[in-house]
Amino acid sequence: MAGLTPASATAEPKAGLSPTQEAWRRFKRHRLAYWSLWLLGLLVVAVLIGPLMWKVGVNDVDLLASLSRPSAKHPLGTDDLGRDLLARLLYGGRISLAVGLAAMLTAVLVGVLIGAIAGMSRGWVDAALMWLTDLFLSLPQLPVLLLLIFLFREPLKQTFGLEAGIFILIVAVIGGFRWMPVARLVRAQFFSLREKEFVEAARALGAGTPRQVVRHILPNSLGPVIVAATIDVAAAIIAESTLSFLGLGFPPDIPTWGRILYDGRDYLDIAVHWALFPGIAIFLAVLTINFIGDGLRDALDPRRVL
Amino acid sequence: MGGYILRRCLIALPSLLGISAVLFTVLALAPGDPFEELATNPNVPPEVRMALRVQFGLDDPVWERYVRWLASMLKGDWGYSFVSRINVDELILQRLPTTIVVIGLSQLLAIAVAIPVGVLAAVKPYSWFDRIASTVAFVGFSLPTFFTGVLFILLFSITLGWLPFVYRSDISSTGWQFLWDHFKQSIMPITVLGLFQAASMMRYVRSAVLDVIRLDYVTTARSKGLSERVVVLRHVVRNAMIPVVTLVALQMPTVFGGAIVTEQIFRIPGIGSLLIDAILRNDTPVIMAVTFVFSGLVIFFNLVADVLYGWLDPRISYR
Amino acid sequence: MNETQLRALVEEVRRGALPRRRFIEQLVGLGLTAPMASMILMHEGVAQTPTPLPYLGTKRGGGGTLRLMYWQAPVHLNPHFASGTKDQDSCRIFYEPLGGWDAEGNLIPVLASEVPTRANGGLSADGRNVTWKLKRGVKWHDGRDFTADDVIFTWQYAGDPASAMLSVNIYRDVKVVKVDSHTVRIEFGKPTPFWAEPFVGTWGLILPKHVFEPFAGAKSRENPANLKPVGTGPYRLLDFKPGDMLRAEANPTYHVPNQPFFDALDLKGGGDATSAARSVLQTGEFDLAWNLSVEDVILRQLEAAGRGRVHFFEGSDLEFVALNPTDPWKEVDGERASAKSRHPAFGERAVREAMSLLIDRKSISEAIYGRGAIASANFLNNPVRFRSTNLKYEFNIEKANQVLEAAGWKRGPDGIRAKGGSKLKFVFQTSVSGPRQKCQAIIKDACGKAGIDLELKSVVAAVYFGGDFANPDTYQKFWVDMQMYTTTMTQPDPQTFMEQFTSWELSQKENKWARRNITRWQNADYDATHKAAQAEIDPVKRAALFIRMNDLLVGDQHVVPLFSRPRPYGVGAKLRPVLSAWDNTTWALGYWTRES
Repeated sequence: MAGLTPASATAEPKAGLSPTQEAWRRFKRHRLAYWSLWLLGLLVVAVLIGPLMWKVGVNDVDLLASLSRPSAKHPLGTDDLGRDLLARLLYGGRISLAVGLAAMLTAVLVGVLIGAIAGMSRGWVDAALMWLTDLFLSLPQLPVLLLLIFLFREPLKQTFGLEAGIFILIVAVIGGFRWMPVARLVRAQFFSLREKEFVEAARALGAGTPRQVVRHILPNSLGPVIVAATIDVAAAIIAESTLSFLGLGFPPDIPTWGRILYDGRDYLDIAVHWALFPGIAIFLAVLTINFIGDGLRDALDPRRVL
Repeated sequence: MGGYILRRCLIALPSLLGISAVLFTVLALAPGDPFEELATNPNVPPEVRMALRVQFGLDDPVWERYVRWLASMLKGDWGYSFVSRINVDELILQRLPTTIVVIGLSQLLAIAVAIPVGVLAAVKPYSWFDRIASTVAFVGFSLPTFFTGVLFILLFSITLGWLPFVYRSDISSTGWQFLWDHFKQSIMPITVLGLFQAASMMRYVRSAVLDVIRLDYVTTARSKGLSERVVVLRHVVRNAMIPVVTLVALQMPTVFGGAIVTEQIFRIPGIGSLLIDAILRNDTPVIMAVTFVFSGLVIFFNLVADVLYGWLDPRISYR
Repeated sequence: MNETQLRALVEEVRRGALPRRRFIEQLVGLGLTAPMASMILMHEGVAQTPTPLPYLGTKRGGGGTLRLMYWQAPVHLNPHFASGTKDQDSCRIFYEPLGGWDAEGNLIPVLASEVPTRANGGLSADGRNVTWKLKRGVKWHDGRDFTADDVIFTWQYAGDPASAMLSVNIYRDVKVVKVDSHTVRIEFGKPTPFWAEPFVGTWGLILPKHVFEPFAGAKSRENPANLKPVGTGPYRLLDFKPGDMLRAEANPTYHVPNQPFFDALDLKGGGDATSAARSVLQTGEFDLAWNLSVEDVILRQLEAAGRGRVHFFEGSDLEFVALNPTDPWKEVDGERASAKSRHPAFGERAVREAMSLLIDRKSISEAIYGRGAIASANFLNNPVRFRSTNLKYEFNIEKANQVLEAAGWKRGPDGIRAKGGSKLKFVFQTSVSGPRQKCQAIIKDACGKAGIDLELKSVVAAVYFGGDFANPDTYQKFWVDMQMYTTTMTQPDPQTFMEQFTSWELSQKENKWARRNITRWQNADYDATHKAAQAEIDPVKRAALFIRMNDLLVGDQHVVPLFSRPRPYGVGAKLRPVLSAWDNTTWALGYWTRES
């Protein structure tokens, strides 16, 4: 059960700081989270600025340099068409990180929302929301994807342009298939938390339901949400590559990390660098998100030690 | 509680029907044609193809097809695969034993690994054990099964030559040799899938235990002189189980149709590969049958989880 | 090459100056098929010395289990509605036709006692009848005798539109008459140049009347024999799990003495092509893997283990790019890509010529497919060493730039060429497939250097090749500027194959895009030549007409052939299969052996 008063020492708030500054101070004390924030920031900057600085073409085919090992000319090596992997990772990283983070946020926000509402209400609202959850869990992803692409690709392309339209569609689709576990976990947390004394105390003090939820229950149910968020980032990056492999995501020549990993999987005994580097990139994204999440939890609820 | 269970069981059936209606509509609207082979074959005159479509009722309105499907399901007739002209229930039953053995065992492996490792990691957070276990977990769920599967095959089948990587459902040996042959061909897919699931589950277990481990009553239990083992097992784990039960309930239905990639890589004739083949060939009866069972399992296991919450934490009430 | 030159070649073979084999190879080089070339020789009365198929076995059985890996699993076992080669090959394990085609295009009798010729009275002089003599002493797997009744029944079954068989067009318009218990006569009704179509090869497998008769017509799909075949072939079915595997044992009453060599046969399906290659070439778990469409660099690496090699059998599959003659972005009478519209860019010959110059066939075929693709300038297949002198291909970015510049397509500020308001920006679609996407990437790269911008699109194969007329992404719709796929000849005779460019096969909304001229190309001369070829009984004249059609088609440059796709098989080092590109993989399964 979450959220009872921990017995260990707590971090005493410093006098004279606003809540935001206090939260930031506590975040900084969590060293791993602090460094992860920098690392993630570095990754984001790298994929934003990198392609402008490393001016090798992303789609430059050079069949003579096919499958070459990392060297000065190609720091991360090349794939079987001789395309530079560093350039491709930097360029594709924009999409992978954007899709990973956006899809994760979508899944988490939708999941928390539905889980919180279901967790606080009883009776038919809970039943209806759980029916919805069960429905989404039962849907086979591929036919739904094909249907959604079929229905929405052209309208989105008209309204938002090719790349933005596909981006919105992919984020909606990936996020839309990952919110269910978050919802159920949050709901379960809410069930046990809403009976706790401190919530009762808040109610006695006159707190309305939204205040109870936002100030008291929600911060204490973040544990599984954070774990889900880290897992969802990795899953979203991989899912985008699966979509692309099926021809449903971005056009096939756009080198997202998941796609590069997928393309390189048959060459593990010939050119291991091809799959190794996107794998490391995804791993780093996952690692940093996880520690940042831990730090956020610590920052938002000072009674928590970890 | 009894009232709650009864209420939930009563609404389970209509909710299953509701889900099946949505599923059927989605499948009917999704692009794809079960008789594409005829469309692209130059020898087949279009009239022949149209006649087949009429014969299988593919051009009728969606609601009419749904009612027809529902009526025959209720009579026990699960339909007839468009593609292989075999009864759908026969097709599923052919694949059920393999699925339960291989995919089922991998789920059990995942739980058996995740819970102890997660608990141990949480009991001593940020110790070397925790850091290693967490890092391995991060690597585990950053790398998709299509990647680790190939890696395992390269290592164990090709380089070392210890294990076959093509799954055979028709092993002819008997007795101990039979078990040993089955073990050799199943251990890789079970491990690949099990470890992938275990990676994410371990992190959830760790998080859930961490939420509990520094609370008042745990300190009380320790100060009462109970051994660490009893403290952990009797007081900590049970109370941390709610998220874990939620997750296991979410995982269980995927045995029936979820392990698509692993089944494809190792050529395991399970229900996951049946489903994906049916989807790609637009074999609607098979897709409907499998997803119908799948949604039944989803509803069932989530109901079990909800009931278990009440047992695990008596303060949870369902008014 | 024209008719006179073809006749001269035939005479050289008759005299013995040109080996038969070289003649066939040359005709294949011109874009015809080996069976067609062999039929020409037969028709001209050039004697065919039958070369027996190689067989190393000395007795029936003792060879162990033959293990085949098909990475797409068979789903049923009825040969007449088997659409994919995986299903057709699986059916051929159990069923047999009257005759089959060997690797060189010769007709080899299987259930027939001999090949019909004019000399032995099998072929009528007016080309309207063929008489086949059946082999005696052949038994079905359940012990009953094989007779002419089964052949007659197969004709009725397959030719009945109510059965909805894929082979219906072959059997619908002919009449098969029983002469006696082991002789049948096929009456075509009109002079038929390619008479070896019914009962020969892939679509000619004979079905047992006593098993299939109760399920003829509309009940054809419900027959349990669709999953439990009863045939005359070298193996009998033991177990079949659709989508997964099949298991068979040697047929003890097989009609060829000392065959089959193996005691049992296992066929496993599923997975992907690369791991299928590994299972034969690296671990040796299987003896043969079908259709290894894998990048050649991987295949070479796998062959280095020394446990097997990859064989490439040249057939008639051709990968090509189609440039849309119609405008897919404008609606005419409520229809996109209507035959009444004209493509703003591809309507101009210069643009088409430039596109053809921008496709580096040689590098693509070498880098991606390796031995799995042979660069071609002809639509009908073409081994490089016998290239037709009429057409050739070239890769030249500079020249493409010049051609476009000269035609008035000038580069705009964004680097893309434009003229009179239309830009050279195209959408290029194909199916989802690793090698195809790479091919697209290479073409896009080259086009970029000439001021042409390509947007790449890939569609799931099940949707792209599906016939769903509500879906905009099918290849029949061709609602984009360019598309690329492989077209296959389903029969050894090119007539049906070449019909896909006639104007009466035009795929449009009114026929629900179900017709075969997907490319929307039309040419009056081509139409006239095709009609003439349909009626021409002299195979030499006919061959010349097909060559002319090929030249007309490719010369107009709406259809840009890329390369022919030989079929790759992974074969274990010890296996001795007998394969042919003109027939199923398992066409001569009884002859397969393995060294110990």
